[in-house]
Amino acid sequence: MLVDSPTEPSAETAPAPPRRRAVRAAGLVLSLAVLVLVALASIAVGAKELSLEQVWHGLFQDSGTYGDVVVGERLSRTVLGLLVGAALGLAGAVLQALTRNPLADPGLLGINAGASAAVVTAITFFGVTSLNGYVWFAFAGAAVVGVLVFLLGGSRGATPVRLALAGTAISAALYGYLQAVMITDEAALGTMRFWTVGSLASATSDIIWQVLPFLVAGTVLALALARPLNAMAMGDDTARALGAHLNRTRALSMAAATVLCGAATAACGPIVFVGLMVPHVVRSFTGPDLRWILPYATVLSPVLLLGADVVGRMVARPAELQVGIVTAILGGPVFIFLVRRRRTAQL
Amino acid sequence: MKVPRTQAEPAQAAPTPAAPTSAASASAAPTPGTAAPAAPARAFRGRTVRAVGGLSVRVDVRAFTVVVLLLVAALAASVVLIGTGDFPISAGDVLKTLFGTGSASQEFIVEQLRLPRVLVGLLVGAALGVGGALFQTISRNPLGSPDVLGLGQGSTAGALVMIVLFSGSPEQVTVGALVGGLVTGLAIYLLAWKRGVHGYRLVLVGIGVSAIVTAVNGYLITKADLVDATRAIVWMTGSLNGRDWEQVWPLLWLCAVLVPLVLGNARALRMLEMGDDVAYALGVRVERTRLLLMVAAVLLTASATAAAGPVGFVALTAPQLARRLTRSPGPNLVPSMCMGATLLVVADWASQKVFGADQVPVGVVTGVLGGVYLLWLLVTERKAGRI
Repeated sequence: MLVDSPTEPSAETAPAPPRRRAVRAAGLVLSLAVLVLVALASIAVGAKELSLEQVWHGLFQDSGTYGDVVVGERLSRTVLGLLVGAALGLAGAVLQALTRNPLADPGLLGINAGASAAVVTAITFFGVTSLNGYVWFAFAGAAVVGVLVFLLGGSRGATPVRLALAGTAISAALYGYLQAVMITDEAALGTMRFWTVGSLASATSDIIWQVLPFLVAGTVLALALARPLNAMAMGDDTARALGAHLNRTRALSMAAATVLCGAATAACGPIVFVGLMVPHVVRSFTGPDLRWILPYATVLSPVLLLGADVVGRMVARPAELQVGIVTAILGGPVFIFLVRRRRTAQL
Repeated sequence: MKVPRTQAEPAQAAPTPAAPTSAASASAAPTPGTAAPAAPARAFRGRTVRAVGGLSVRVDVRAFTVVVLLLVAALAASVVLIGTGDFPISAGDVLKTLFGTGSASQEFIVEQLRLPRVLVGLLVGAALGVGGALFQTISRNPLGSPDVLGLGQGSTAGALVMIVLFSGSPEQVTVGALVGGLVTGLAIYLLAWKRGVHGYRLVLVGIGVSAIVTAVNGYLITKADLVDATRAIVWMTGSLNGRDWEQVWPLLWLCAVLVPLVLGNARALRMLEMGDDVAYALGVRVERTRLLLMVAAVLLTASATAAAGPVGFVALTAPQLARRLTRSPGPNLVPSMCMGATLLVVADWASQKVFGADQVPVGVVTGVLGGVYLLWLLVTERKAGRI
């Protein structure tokens, strides 16, 4: 039962030797550099081929030419990709640490289901048709379900298993509702089948500004939770003995994950695999210390998301593949390879 | 790998939903490894039945009662379900018709239209129940059901290819789903193989495969025209509409072969729950048993999915429900099977009763019922202090 296997505390109680710490810090800087490269590629490459001068022109001397408009759209898409990628990876890492379950992702705690059910409700019963309209519905749905899962999971004494079960239960009920609506309402199906895949294509600066405050707040909160979550990895009793506030940490972790996933899902639909996979990849070279896992996940998740988005724009010109699809098709094999290659670091 | 070792200690396994009883007994007797001997009151529940010639069978009275009650419930629900529809038939008439003394029109409706549908429901539910119990035990994760590990997704991919790319007939969709499920099962096993298949690696590889296939499915649906997309969504929800004898026979034969095979290995499976090392020391051929049981589980799940679509949450909830009712640790294969069959038939009846005949596929109801059940479970178990 992976759900509750306690971690061996040996690796993290002893402080890492200075050299290993330097290597990890250098790795983080390197990852940042890769992220910058991927972001530049995301601005330069797309379904419409532009020369580098045109890209430069669009970035710094915007005069409203066709090329400038294209670059402007790619820029907002890239920014949204950065924000959402970081949010998903971070939320995934926090949730996996919180529930001590390697399967934990935004989907497991019902956040995707909540957002999807809210969007389908908005389309079918409130006649909302614009993406800007969905954002708030999706976010509200994610938030309500997040709170509900936490309350049902036993707010004060929430255990990992209870949280996971509560999330699964609510997802089950909500997906039943979602499917019933999609079967009976063709218009909802027509929109939802594109929304549920997850795409960055409709990014606008409006959407970015709407979700930005939530993403920033969630990121700060999540990064601050590294130490208490580290303590909790050793099991509830040990953590309490070490002076960690179990309930407070759980509540804050849930809040951070809900805000991050909710805002990300609201902005570009449920993109599941990033939050699930990146923490596993990161853990395979940082070990179980969340003080390293969280920053690495924050940097490497957007690399995956933006990289997948760039690939999706290139392979199907002049159309494009949605980022949610490419992420899973590219990331899946890598994930399986990593799982096979080594004894995956346990939670 | 830490998992096998923590597995062997009931005190560690206690808070997981997969082992609620060991939670109860472990809290009474917290010493690891003493769950059975330290709880003499519980050991009483197993009665040993001795037959002539020195043969003896240990019978868990509570589990036996649960199985009998579930069977009765499944049969009663089946009779009611046969009587439900645009042309209602009373339960008495249904029974009369089934025993061959009904009117001609009733005979046609019952035997040609509704009986095969109910039989498909019972068989699919049973197959999903056993398949779910097997997967949850082998992966040692209560969430490690076939739908989570990507088998349902694989079947869906096969069916979607037929629906979207070839606009195939229902038979072609069934074949596509079967092939998709089997190929996915094989792929997961081979990819997870590395000097043996470890439960943890199996689950992780399963999610990886599941994510890839889900993406492919999403792509296929965005590429379909709206009519095909609707058909695909109905199939993906899981439905028993219009199932006839052609679906019954293959399923029945498959269950008739596989279920005894699985039950014959139930003891070894129970040993496997204690971790590979312990099981090996107890004389179980770990890898061979696991391969055999996984093949059986994949076949059961894939053919059930091919017949009715990936009906959600039966494979996930049936074993958990059964475990709660029998209050017995271990895989609970037979109770899970009966529970799956009961669940599916009751859900189908509920969907017809609430939404009208053939309006909403049964998968919607199993999803909602499964969710509500899990919530109820959370609330009650929390009060009882079990999880």
